[in-house]
Amino acid sequence: MTPEWAYGKTTIKPDLIRKTAREMAKAAPAVIVHPGRHVTWYGDDTQRIRAVAILNALLGSWGARGGFYMKETAHLPHETTPPFPTPKRTWRDAYPGQFKLASLALSSGICDATIPSSNRSCSFKAWIVYGTNLPLTLPNMDNTLNAISHLDFMVAIDTMPMEVTGYADVVLPECTYLERYDLIRTSPHREPYIALRMPAVEPKYDSKPGWWIAKQLAEKMGLGDYFPYDDITELLDWQLKEVGSSLEEMQKIGVKKLERTSGPLYFSKGENIEFNTPSGKIELYSNELAGEGFDPMPVFTKHPEPPQGFYRLIYGRAPMHTFSRTANNANLIDLKKENNVWINPKVAKLWDLKTGQYVWLKNQDGVISTYPIKVRITERIRWDSVYMVHGFGHSKKELTRAYGRGANDTEMITKVMMDPIMGGTGMRGNFITFLTEKPEEVES
Amino acid sequence: MNEELFISGRNIPNIDPYLNIWHWQIPIYLFLGGLAAGILFFAGLFTVMGKEKEMETTVKWATFLVPVALVLGLIALFLDLKHQLYFWRLYTVIRLQSPMSWGAWTLMIITPVSLIWAAAYMKELWPGWNWKMKILDDFDAWVNKNRKYVAWVMMFYAVILGIYTGILLSAFNARPLWNNSILGPLFLVSGMSTGAATIMWMSKSHYERKVMGRIDLLLITIELFLITHMIMGFLAGPSVQLEAANLFLGGQFTVSFWVFVIILGLLFPAALEVLELAGYKVPVAVPAFLILLGGLIFRFIMVEAGQITRYLY
Amino acid sequence: MRYAMAVDTKKCVGCSDCVVACQTENNVPIGFCRDWITETVDGSYPNVEIELRSERCNHCENAPCVRCCPTGASHIVDGGVVLVTHDECIGCGACIQSCPYDARYSHPDGYVDKCTFCMHRVEKGQLPACVAVCPTKCLYFGDLDDPNSDVSNALRNRKYKVLADEAGTNPQIYYLI
Repeated sequence: MTPEWAYGKTTIKPDLIRKTAREMAKAAPAVIVHPGRHVTWYGDDTQRIRAVAILNALLGSWGARGGFYMKETAHLPHETTPPFPTPKRTWRDAYPGQFKLASLALSSGICDATIPSSNRSCSFKAWIVYGTNLPLTLPNMDNTLNAISHLDFMVAIDTMPMEVTGYADVVLPECTYLERYDLIRTSPHREPYIALRMPAVEPKYDSKPGWWIAKQLAEKMGLGDYFPYDDITELLDWQLKEVGSSLEEMQKIGVKKLERTSGPLYFSKGENIEFNTPSGKIELYSNELAGEGFDPMPVFTKHPEPPQGFYRLIYGRAPMHTFSRTANNANLIDLKKENNVWINPKVAKLWDLKTGQYVWLKNQDGVISTYPIKVRITERIRWDSVYMVHGFGHSKKELTRAYGRGANDTEMITKVMMDPIMGGTGMRGNFITFLTEKPEEVES
Repeated sequence: MNEELFISGRNIPNIDPYLNIWHWQIPIYLFLGGLAAGILFFAGLFTVMGKEKEMETTVKWATFLVPVALVLGLIALFLDLKHQLYFWRLYTVIRLQSPMSWGAWTLMIITPVSLIWAAAYMKELWPGWNWKMKILDDFDAWVNKNRKYVAWVMMFYAVILGIYTGILLSAFNARPLWNNSILGPLFLVSGMSTGAATIMWMSKSHYERKVMGRIDLLLITIELFLITHMIMGFLAGPSVQLEAANLFLGGQFTVSFWVFVIILGLLFPAALEVLELAGYKVPVAVPAFLILLGGLIFRFIMVEAGQITRYLY
Repeated sequence: MRYAMAVDTKKCVGCSDCVVACQTENNVPIGFCRDWITETVDGSYPNVEIELRSERCNHCENAPCVRCCPTGASHIVDGGVVLVTHDECIGCGACIQSCPYDARYSHPDGYVDKCTFCMHRVEKGQLPACVAVCPTKCLYFGDLDDPNSDVSNALRNRKYKVLADEAGTNPQIYYLI
């Protein structure tokens, strides 16, 4: 593979690739290649992120100053509870023989794992959906709704009404994060820290904090011993006192840094570091992956390209909306009531499109968007792609403010490339074309 | 490509996507105000020149229209206000820097003056007319004795009324189309021209029609001159004014401006006037009506186009 | 005392928290706003630059809206803040015509409304609502005459610009670029 070959794939000029590589080498080990967020794209994502990690390793940035520092997380003690029971079956039983290397439960394929099948001895029977609008979040909405119909029971816990709360058997309304206590936040950082999340106002109506919902459900099920406190403030205060603070102090200061106990931020020269791998060293070649039948080193895989007249669908977020869950909120609709489709000026010229015009989208599998979407002609998107914000195009009339506004990107995502190693849902392989006239197949 | 857009969903009624907060009420008022100013000016002028006998319509009968026009104009303005219960606040202060304040006070003075002027001719219009109260009869007599002094006052305020309608718009520096110093004199001349046209139309005296016709011809020429100057000024000005001028030179107002205001409202009546001077018989209603229509449409166009022009976005 | 605001365009992300905070703090009806976010995009893919600005009334030193107001409802108070006395406003719209920034709007109740720099909060020693909620802390507010105020510090070391300089209004919202 040469920079010239990469140029053909990326449109980044070979001398720019060389120049960048040399600058990074010169600056090593004070270089970071950050993996980014929302990184499941094409189904080969584990390998791609592994390639990023390998690149960091080659530059020596793990544990180097200016590279990846050795993070530390604060540890708070857990309350004493009776021992947790061992489940007879775990989520892995719903995916027999697959994803042995995945460490977290999957949402990808959860709908297929809910619809009974002769391939498996068991399926998911009930869902507790906490803070996610599954019908719009998972690709292939029809499949999601089909799965829901096979459930014995579905509970939705959320702060605002959305499709998922409409399909649930029971809705447990949670108050927003500004109205409740949550567990102490301790995410990894240079110095371990604790952060208090406390209410700023009283909850409205009958909405309750998540901890209260969990505790009340536990009490009703006779599992009250797993919540050895009446109010979560007792637990928080106890935990904070164990690390040298208190609820009172944290209510005043909010965030507190603690002392590092895991050693220095950076490796020292000549130090013998043991990594969390079978050999103890950084493994560029992975026997574990080879053992499961996957590529031990990342290999270039060609990703699907758009056919003539089609453009890659890129979806994303807008700062004023939280995915599809806030599309019905009056204040947020005032900021953004519909999404638009970003089209490069070169493409707009080809199609004779104007900013503000409405077009219907049709994807590579012939699916047409239920609602039209407004065009935004902008230089901010490449000429082979289009971009739209996720979470609009709601077709439930009960969502009175969100109904019919914008287009639903989930509708357009019919091709899912699942990562065989860990089950990540790659949705960037869908392509759309424009229909400037209202198509007959669309019901108004 | 350069793109500028609101991304927080701003879409304020009457402000976005472009300003359209003043509607028909303002151009109607500007037209009626200009018309009134024109009539009053000529009434005062010919009184001062001692020509009441030859220019009867100018000095007496046309002025009966003025209080009606001013009251209708004031009603239009009142309808335009959005906080109508507080309209009286206009008359609690005099703000010299605000042309709208000038206008409020000028109207406050000139409406009664014009009413008095016209009312003092009631006895001539209807010989049996009686004011029924001694104080009014005395006042009538006083006014008629001191017509010349009242005429000077009236002329002064008529000019202010006529010119302030333009200065009102030109004081808004955020609207590049209006923000030029020719607009005041232009509106004054246009107002006087519509006044002269009305008088010409109303008059039964051939002599009077000839005089007002010639005056109107002169006013139209000046008006064309001022409009040319205004557009030339835009074309030599900053980019926002170039864009403003382009509204009339290829933009959305090109046809309505050139056809209705310039050709039908100014050039064609002027041509008819010249023909009349050359001896041809022209029915007076035609040029008069066209001048009035042109004046009205001119103000409609200026108010709408002016709100569209802007500095930002 | 001269109140002013600085907006760091390099830190603004367009989240519009300032818009919602202002709406809730000042009871601005939905569909209207006293502040808003403008995005400017220059260049051509892939060399594109965007600038995000949180905009509002500029509380100009040479405010045309104050000059044009026939009743004096639009006035300037101590600190150079332009305010509107609702009971003196007749709703004529002259101020709306004279603002080059389209910062004013006609409130459904009849009077003209706009950003007030949250004077009711500033008087109590608090910051305006938009400044208080900004998650990237890109808004600086304070007294320009005080060399140690947030806004003076922000303007000291950075290049800045104002909007529609050529309109001659001498605006007091500075955009750090």
